[in-house]
Amino acid sequence: MIDFSILIDHFDTYLEGFKNTILASIIGLIGSFIIGVIIAVMRIAPIKPFNWIGTAYVEFIRNIPLLIIAFFFYVGLPAVGIQLNGFVAGTIALAIYTASFIAEAIRAGILSVPKGQMEAARSSGLTYLQAMKAVILPQAIKIVIPPIGNQFINLVKNSSILGIIAGLDLMYFGDIVSSHTFVTFDVYIFVGLFYLVLTIPLSYGVRYLERRLARSY
Amino acid sequence: MLKSKASKLAGILLLSASMLLAACGKSDDKTSSTSKNALEQIKERDKMVVGVKYDTRLFGLKNPNTGEVEGFDIDISRELAKEILGDENKVEFKEVTSKTRIPMLNNGDIDMIVATMTISEERKKEVDFSDVYFHAGQSLLVKKGSPIKGLEDLKKGTKVLAVKGSTSALNIREKAPEATVLEFENYTEAFTALKSGQGDALTTDDAILYGMADQDPNYTLVGGTFTEEPYGIAVKKGNKELVDAINKALKNMRDSGKYDEIKNKWIKTNE
Repeated sequence: MIDFSILIDHFDTYLEGFKNTILASIIGLIGSFIIGVIIAVMRIAPIKPFNWIGTAYVEFIRNIPLLIIAFFFYVGLPAVGIQLNGFVAGTIALAIYTASFIAEAIRAGILSVPKGQMEAARSSGLTYLQAMKAVILPQAIKIVIPPIGNQFINLVKNSSILGIIAGLDLMYFGDIVSSHTFVTFDVYIFVGLFYLVLTIPLSYGVRYLERRLARSY
Repeated sequence: MLKSKASKLAGILLLSASMLLAACGKSDDKTSSTSKNALEQIKERDKMVVGVKYDTRLFGLKNPNTGEVEGFDIDISRELAKEILGDENKVEFKEVTSKTRIPMLNNGDIDMIVATMTISEERKKEVDFSDVYFHAGQSLLVKKGSPIKGLEDLKKGTKVLAVKGSTSALNIREKAPEATVLEFENYTEAFTALKSGQGDALTTDDAILYGMADQDPNYTLVGGTFTEEPYGIAVKKGNKELVDAINKALKNMRDSGKYDEIKNKWIKTNE
């Protein structure tokens, strides 16, 4: 059956990859959320050029493979003098890629708040941004939590892209352990388990938030 | 009508389930059946399936214009087919990488590996090797004018690029313990990373590095070779007949001068 000595013998290697995967995921989560909110606001703001930029971003980024974005940051940017190591390049790619999906989720959430809410807020004297912050976003957040949660879980799993560009993550070290022990199946089973350790709590966290926010309004 | 459809569906399900089961049990019964007659199996099929590299210039490279794989390993495989099956076209090539070749061999996807594979004690536990068919040695590839002139220049902070699953990745950690080793999926990616400045040197067998220097003259080999890398042809463990047949074919090739002809066609050492 599964050979646990692989896990025990190479635990330090796994652990180092695990640490970097966690780090890439956390930075990716924060980064993609911030970019995602900005892009979503741009897409629905009542200013045309902003709409164009937001739409261009979403349609361009979400329709190309993450791998290509990662390669762009890793081997493309050096051509113009920007040198990023595998970890940084991969994490940026991850944030930028996931942000396009998050932007779409947030936009959908905001648009699902009835139009009258914005009109009422504006006619009571709030500026567009104030209305957004105080009236629309608090209602939208409930709706967008589940889809954003999904994107966060995807982001953690997609961080395995770092393994291809020497980003020193779990997948990278999984490949190394596998190539040095000639064991394929068992090595990746453990890699998968490490990902589960991250994604299952995330999954439950999202569900908890969903329930709490549903109660608060 | 409906019933026959349902039974058809059940049949398909049953078939796929049994295939799954067969796949699970493969490793046990395959070894017993193939261990005796891997050579006979090849002869019966009248075709050998050879795992070769598709990304290694001079050894095994898919030519994008013709779609054909070309190189030293390819020509050697064709000669083997000629010696064993009497026709150099009775060979089918499958792409392997350093990472996938042993699992593919053990799964029965390929009959043998002719893919710049170094004979090592560790690998001998996994596969059986033929006699040496090519003598290579590990070296370093750097950009022309690089301060790195040899192993001794790989100090702390220098990044050395290698390929996952290769012996050179293990060796370089021993020979230059200070340097950071970054490993990539294949030689193309490692070379791309070197070209974009993601590392200071690329290490692997000189034979492969010559191919890269041949492709991009801005890069050059430095420091000579610092290991012995005897390349062997690998077959699934316990297939003595096949190993013997390969060794005999290799010997015939050397005797007839065909080996040197192939070698000179691909490998031009400029030393």
